[in-house]
Amino acid sequence: MAVDIPIDPYVVPALDGVAYGLLVFVAAAGLVLCFGVAGILNLAHGTLYAIGGYTAAALLDGGWPSLLLALAVGVIAATAAGALVAGLLTRVAARTHLTQALLTFGLALVGGSLLVRAFGPDDQPVRVPAALDGSVVVAGHRYAAYRLVFIVVAALLAGLLHLAVRRTRAGMLVRAAVDDAEMVAVLGVSPTWIRVGVLAAAGALAGAAGVLGAPIIGPGPDTADVVLLLSLVVVVLGGLGSMTGTLLAALAVGQIQTLGVALAPSAAPFLLFAAMAAVLAVRARGLAATRRTT
Amino acid sequence: MREQAVRALRRGVAAAVLAGLVLAPWAVDDYTAALLARTLALGLVAVSVALLTGVAGLPTLGQTAPYAAGAYTSAVLGGQVSDVGVVHLAVAAVAGAALAAVTVPLVVHARGVVVLMITLAVGELAVVLVGRWRSVTGGTDGLAGIAQVRPLWGMPVLATDRARYLYTLVVVAALVGLVLLVLRTRVGLLLRAGRDDEARLRASGHRVSLQVAGVHVAAGAVAGAAGSLLVVAQQYLSPADFGFETSALLLLGVVIGGAASVGGALVGAVLVVAGRDWLFGALPGHAPLVLGLAFVVTVYLLPGGGHRPPPVRGRLLPDVGTRRAAGERPAPTGARA
Amino acid sequence: MTPLLSARGVTVRYGSLAALDGVDLRIDHGQRHALIGPNGAGKTTLLGVLGGAIPAGGGRVLLAGRDVTRLGPAARARRGIGRIHQRPAVWETLTAAENVVVAALPHAVRPGRWRPSGRRRAAERTAATLLARVGLPELAGVPAGRLAHGQRRQLEIAMALAGRPRLLLLDEPAAGLSAGEVERLAEFLRELPRAVAVLLVEHRLDLVYALCDTVTVLRDGRPLATGTPAQIRASDPVRQAYAEGVA
Repeated sequence: MAVDIPIDPYVVPALDGVAYGLLVFVAAAGLVLCFGVAGILNLAHGTLYAIGGYTAAALLDGGWPSLLLALAVGVIAATAAGALVAGLLTRVAARTHLTQALLTFGLALVGGSLLVRAFGPDDQPVRVPAALDGSVVVAGHRYAAYRLVFIVVAALLAGLLHLAVRRTRAGMLVRAAVDDAEMVAVLGVSPTWIRVGVLAAAGALAGAAGVLGAPIIGPGPDTADVVLLLSLVVVVLGGLGSMTGTLLAALAVGQIQTLGVALAPSAAPFLLFAAMAAVLAVRARGLAATRRTT
Repeated sequence: MREQAVRALRRGVAAAVLAGLVLAPWAVDDYTAALLARTLALGLVAVSVALLTGVAGLPTLGQTAPYAAGAYTSAVLGGQVSDVGVVHLAVAAVAGAALAAVTVPLVVHARGVVVLMITLAVGELAVVLVGRWRSVTGGTDGLAGIAQVRPLWGMPVLATDRARYLYTLVVVAALVGLVLLVLRTRVGLLLRAGRDDEARLRASGHRVSLQVAGVHVAAGAVAGAAGSLLVVAQQYLSPADFGFETSALLLLGVVIGGAASVGGALVGAVLVVAGRDWLFGALPGHAPLVLGLAFVVTVYLLPGGGHRPPPVRGRLLPDVGTRRAAGERPAPTGARA
Repeated sequence: MTPLLSARGVTVRYGSLAALDGVDLRIDHGQRHALIGPNGAGKTTLLGVLGGAIPAGGGRVLLAGRDVTRLGPAARARRGIGRIHQRPAVWETLTAAENVVVAALPHAVRPGRWRPSGRRRAAERTAATLLARVGLPELAGVPAGRLAHGQRRQLEIAMALAGRPRLLLLDEPAAGLSAGEVERLAEFLRELPRAVAVLLVEHRLDLVYALCDTVTVLRDGRPLATGTPAQIRASDPVRQAYAEGVA
């Protein structure tokens, strides 16, 4: 341990905030898809993340291959779980958001208790690849290597997501649906398959976030709730449907949760609330207006 | 004829339930009486959920926020002002209404699934806040040692679980009666009309945003008052009382109870909460799993098909599955405020 | 004399498509004005803009000389604009009488300051009168959701009248009605007090020519011509525009 390198009280939390924010963004992006495209409030979204997290805890052994394996298994498992949620929703699809919310909440409870049964009630330790298990020096400050790499990877993932939404045909469909849900029906795509596709894609994103983010928001009985809440706040803050807005909101929430706590520990709990109230109060009218012109 | 029979049956059931509720504390032990009192308080929150979700068509998952505001205000502030329960109730109702009023700008222009998301986020944030604001709320350790109250000036302190239960029952009955009375005035007509077709209400000259704000604040006051009852019933508060699970349970109870029926919501929520409590006692360790399955099964068993789902005000994001025939005009709910 | 309603240069765009492109319209007090034109000409959109349900992208709307462009539908309804929708818009879980009561509430005269129920009672009196006038007195206690299409149309007219309108915007009131119902509707409109001006969007030209004193033809979001029924009937371009749209 080098003693001569000072640990800056703000740079490290700020970097942590970026990592945290990007993680929340990847998780929340799935929620935006569900809600924006299919109009579903998936309360089991946090559980999909937890599936990824527990996979990471179970499979990671400190080597690189295990990371790749965990990523593959976690993403596949969470994707399948997402598709399963969609399948179960099919029978109640014609009913209201209320029944959808109740069903997904029930699934979240079931999924959560199955995970706890399989992995135990304690928070699981996660072993990152040995090569990343140290710290590096960033601009004169010590910083955990894994988090630094995570920032890069998550930023890449966010970039890829942006490109996918902007450039591919599926992405155009998604944007069209977020702008105007009637559009997709006009294009003649079956609503059931939209639901399955969207929830599976959301599951893949949540699973990837769960595996890669396990060292940051680790798997445990509370994980699903925490991730769902953060994703919800971020989606609402980000303007309910805008990917860019969601990214900015996620980064802001990351800073509030880390730098905010470091700077003003007593005020931090109120900051999230205040940020949401402020953004919504300002945006409420504009948001409503843009939605209503369709 | 048939409607009259149904009405008579409903009255009979209501009378039987009420009689059972009055006699209940003599039939069960103290612990169960305390549990029942807490369940009744939750039933009152469910009434506020039904007011928004069923009567006004504004689905909510966030009534735990005013509930928590009422409970903590009643416990922390009420004790300093007075030891009279009715004063606590008033303080708690004001706190719940104030919290609802603060969140009105967030929900007044949103509809459908967006309201669910926003209200859920508000409710969850309120729980986080309660958990972290240790100096006032005791954080996740909870708030204990809450002073006992007397119902009215000059009455004895509520010293037993049975007395506390009866106090809760009387207050819940009075407040539910009040809500039902108000719903019989033009307020009820306006709320139902807004649920049926909000744009038509505007086209007739009604200030819909004001009405939406009003029902939110009123529901907040009811939930806040329920918070004060929780304090009396439980004499202990912790953030776990106001979690996400509570919101979902209440919503399930309201949906089972028929969404638009205030009495049904009360009964539905009481049944659901009692079922949850029984489960946690009977199947320790398996309760969340069974409860989750119960949610799934209930949703599948809910009347569907020909049954009309509880209507929801102008959906910003229509269900992908239920689409209007192509070529029709967009729904009149596309109107501006 | 100031016209009851005048629209100046009203424009509404959906993306690159102009639904209304600089529409001028003038309606005088008590006038019976018809708006005709092929499908997609912007008739319903124009009614929406005049009623306040659709915000105007450009132009102004004046009601009795006052600019109401920025007012929403509720504020305009309180200033005397009543609306009948293409699909009858009624509150389905409320009874027919309750529908009219709710529609009358914002406009009911309050008899005494300390009698909050007085307003509802006044509205209830209005409702009974109006239901009788539109021919639905025996259905007052039936939920509107159970009424047939034609009955809903009558109910919505009663609701619009409960708002004491100076101007009634009617969007294809005869659509979906039986011959007998159309006859009754025509008679009802003919008997409306002259204090109420009417803007009628209708495909059935026989009805338009029988009921209205002024006709405006709209095509592709622009007014093509305005005149008396006789003038419009005689005008070639109008006939052509209409024939194309109908065909």
